[in-house]
Amino acid sequence: MSQHDEHKTMTLKLIVWRQSGPGEPGRFETLTARNITDHHSFLEMLDVVNEDLIREGKEPIVFDHDCREGICGVCSQVINGLAHGGQERTTVCQLHMRKFKDGDTIYIEPWRARAFPILKDLMVDRGALDTIIQAGGYISTHTGGAPDANAIPVPKPDAEYSMDAAECIGCGACVAACPNGAAMLFAGAKVSQMAALPQGKVEAKERVLAMIKTMQECGFGNCTNHYECQAACPKDIHVKFIARLNREYLKALIG
Amino acid sequence: MILDGKCPTGPIEKTWDKHRFEMKLVNPANKRKYKILVVGTGLAGASAAASLGELGYNVEAFCYQDSPRRAHSIAAQGGINAAKNYPNDSDSIYRLFYDTVKGGDFRSREADVWRLAQVSNNIIDQCVAQGVPFARDYAGYLDNRSFGGAQVSRTFFARGQTGQQLLLGAYSALSRQVKAGTVTMFPRTEMLDLVIVDGEAKGITVRDLVTGEIRCHVGDAVLLCTGGYVNVFYLSTNAMGCSVTAIWKAYKKGAFFANPCYTQIHPTCIPQAGDYQSKLTLMSESLRNDGRIWVPKNKGDKRSPDAIPEEERDYYLERKYPSFGNLAPRDIASRAAKEQCDDGRGVGPGGRGVYLDFRDSIARLGEETIRERYGNLFEMYERITDENGYKVPMRIYPAPHYVMGGLWVDYNLMSNVPGLFVLGEANFSVHGANRLGASALMQGLADGYFIIPYTVAHYLAQSNPGKVTSDHAECKKSIEEVKNSTKKLLSINGRRTVTEFMRELGTLMWDKVGMARSKEGLTETIMKIPEIREEFWKNLRVTGNGAEINQQLENAGRTADFLEFAELLCRDALHRNESCGGHFRVEYQYEDGEARRDDKNFCYSAAWEFRGVDSEPELHKEQLEFKEVHLAVRSYK
Repeated sequence: MSQHDEHKTMTLKLIVWRQSGPGEPGRFETLTARNITDHHSFLEMLDVVNEDLIREGKEPIVFDHDCREGICGVCSQVINGLAHGGQERTTVCQLHMRKFKDGDTIYIEPWRARAFPILKDLMVDRGALDTIIQAGGYISTHTGGAPDANAIPVPKPDAEYSMDAAECIGCGACVAACPNGAAMLFAGAKVSQMAALPQGKVEAKERVLAMIKTMQECGFGNCTNHYECQAACPKDIHVKFIARLNREYLKALIG
Repeated sequence: MILDGKCPTGPIEKTWDKHRFEMKLVNPANKRKYKILVVGTGLAGASAAASLGELGYNVEAFCYQDSPRRAHSIAAQGGINAAKNYPNDSDSIYRLFYDTVKGGDFRSREADVWRLAQVSNNIIDQCVAQGVPFARDYAGYLDNRSFGGAQVSRTFFARGQTGQQLLLGAYSALSRQVKAGTVTMFPRTEMLDLVIVDGEAKGITVRDLVTGEIRCHVGDAVLLCTGGYVNVFYLSTNAMGCSVTAIWKAYKKGAFFANPCYTQIHPTCIPQAGDYQSKLTLMSESLRNDGRIWVPKNKGDKRSPDAIPEEERDYYLERKYPSFGNLAPRDIASRAAKEQCDDGRGVGPGGRGVYLDFRDSIARLGEETIRERYGNLFEMYERITDENGYKVPMRIYPAPHYVMGGLWVDYNLMSNVPGLFVLGEANFSVHGANRLGASALMQGLADGYFIIPYTVAHYLAQSNPGKVTSDHAECKKSIEEVKNSTKKLLSINGRRTVTEFMRELGTLMWDKVGMARSKEGLTETIMKIPEIREEFWKNLRVTGNGAEINQQLENAGRTADFLEFAELLCRDALHRNESCGGHFRVEYQYEDGEARRDDKNFCYSAAWEFRGVDSEPELHKEQLEFKEVHLAVRSYK
């Protein structure tokens, strides 16, 4: 247990992307993080840096963060070239500084994708992901009038498969990691979650057509099987859902 | 003033049906003429906005996050209760109602709780229809598990991410309405004032968090679904952005704040590691189904847990509460952990922790079964602490988690300000002084899907749509006020950061107003808070300007509100000379340390009216009557 290491601290060199607004030219800025322990989360390390900046009258680094427990999906940083920093199944907010060592240099950048304009520093606009869901990422049921929850049994493997896909937190790391800036894993997960359930099969065709059309309109690219998305995904969403997306799409086109 | 919750009378099992029939309706063709403003898009807000949009109302929905899918409901892990009785273990609407009234330590309204229990079943049906992938058994039917404070298995769950799945269900329904054009969504937008015209809530003033624009939105009704205020303790399990701001602004405009002292401390959280810490992480209460909680019997025992023999371990929950054991309700389990640590038997750094041990269940069921049930939680624990919960017992400690208090509402979920409705954690309605596990998700969705669509119609049917436009003098005044306070925050140019102030306030509140409160500590805190507030307005430093993304400015506004609100919380705690649920006053306890409730003098909800920042608020009481569940000492022994 690292409680004995309480006194050991690290000093790190940060090279951080700073950009004052959308469309403005950005640049890398070099900053120093001091007095960092093993137990600091990555964002808590940035908190420390920001507090120092504010005290010096400088602008703190803007970054998205909220739940800080890996579920809201808002944190979004490319660390040393890897979306969310490269630890398996881990969002930036759950990444801890014990993964780094004293004297390390760390590059921190925002998600970079055509469909995600940078708002400021490390903060991007991911509204395009909402637009994809609005196109059809739902079952068109009205509130009220649903049959008893046990009226339609769902085979356990289907329910589990659906849940595997539903775990997506919509962070957009898949897009940031993809050389084509594709949102196929994101869209595939939603299409698969719904298509696997009896309740979702009814609209499967309209759903996949609408979501893929919107995905393209929003400026996302297409999948060319790099699988970077799955590697970056903090929820380990499997690329089989992209295969399912393609299958559902083909079925919809010819069916 | 004696407050009237306007609860329907007669046999409790008919109250909601009778009331629904008696409420007025809005003609389908007229619905689109009414605009409803929904603030917050968690379970309550998203389900309300979606359902009202489906009905044909013109809805505008607001959230401070970049997407409605990120509201903090998403972090709820364990599950959602419903009285389906699928396991055939004698559950019923009546039993869920009974457990919730008792669990709330007899400080909630019976009629409201009944309604919650009644619609609980509809919620599960609705969510399944939306495609929420709840856990199922091998026959394809829904699975249930048990949760704290109940002796039946009535909790539905989706792995350890039930809140996420329910929120994504409500978000998908909301997204469908955005596409249909009935709901307009305003993400990255924070409400900073309530606009009241002729005594009725008719609008909100907001700040666009990207451009910094401050503007007014008007409507025919305002729904606040903005969650709880437990970040008043600074370190909590809430998201960083959760604040009291929206309901505090409404309070300052005349809405009554009820029972602010009812705060919930969750027993199973990961202990604090250092003073730089920004938040605490919850480990689902469901872990208590298979984990056993213990501390060493000997004070200051520094041996590693596996070196401590069975007879030198104290499984104190099992010992003190044999019939509920490790599943004792949250307030009781939290206080018991604090007692052990105060007594010098806590474990881990600083002695602020107790063991949650899976050794016996791993021996009984195998590691694979435990992994299947809680794998994601063990993984999360290891990411944060660098310890393997399968091999060494987890260490846990209570942390601020939820609040039962909130704006006062009547049976229709309308505050004392006509047209202002409050849903979910932001209101005070159903949990009394303590909330049972898996009941928050139930309440949020009950309010949004199955209550507000009826009760808001009853209000709207009695008014003409579109009475107020955004050029109204009250809107202009509100915009001016918000602009001025934003300017003020930016112009102090002192030496201390927002976080320093919030940490100072939170530490004070946690020490004196956290799990145990005393007259002395509360009086002292009520003296200290105005000092911190004064220092804040003199010595705060916020860099940047208001016409851009400025996270320090956002936090400064929220902190300013917490610095006012904290005092109200303390005053409420000081006035309530009893211990009940999440409110424990050290002066009021039995010899064995159990909470001593005072039904003779405090069987009421305390609703506070704003009288100025530096003046004492005025207390209004709503007497509580218990006709179905008889007032009794709440025992889990």
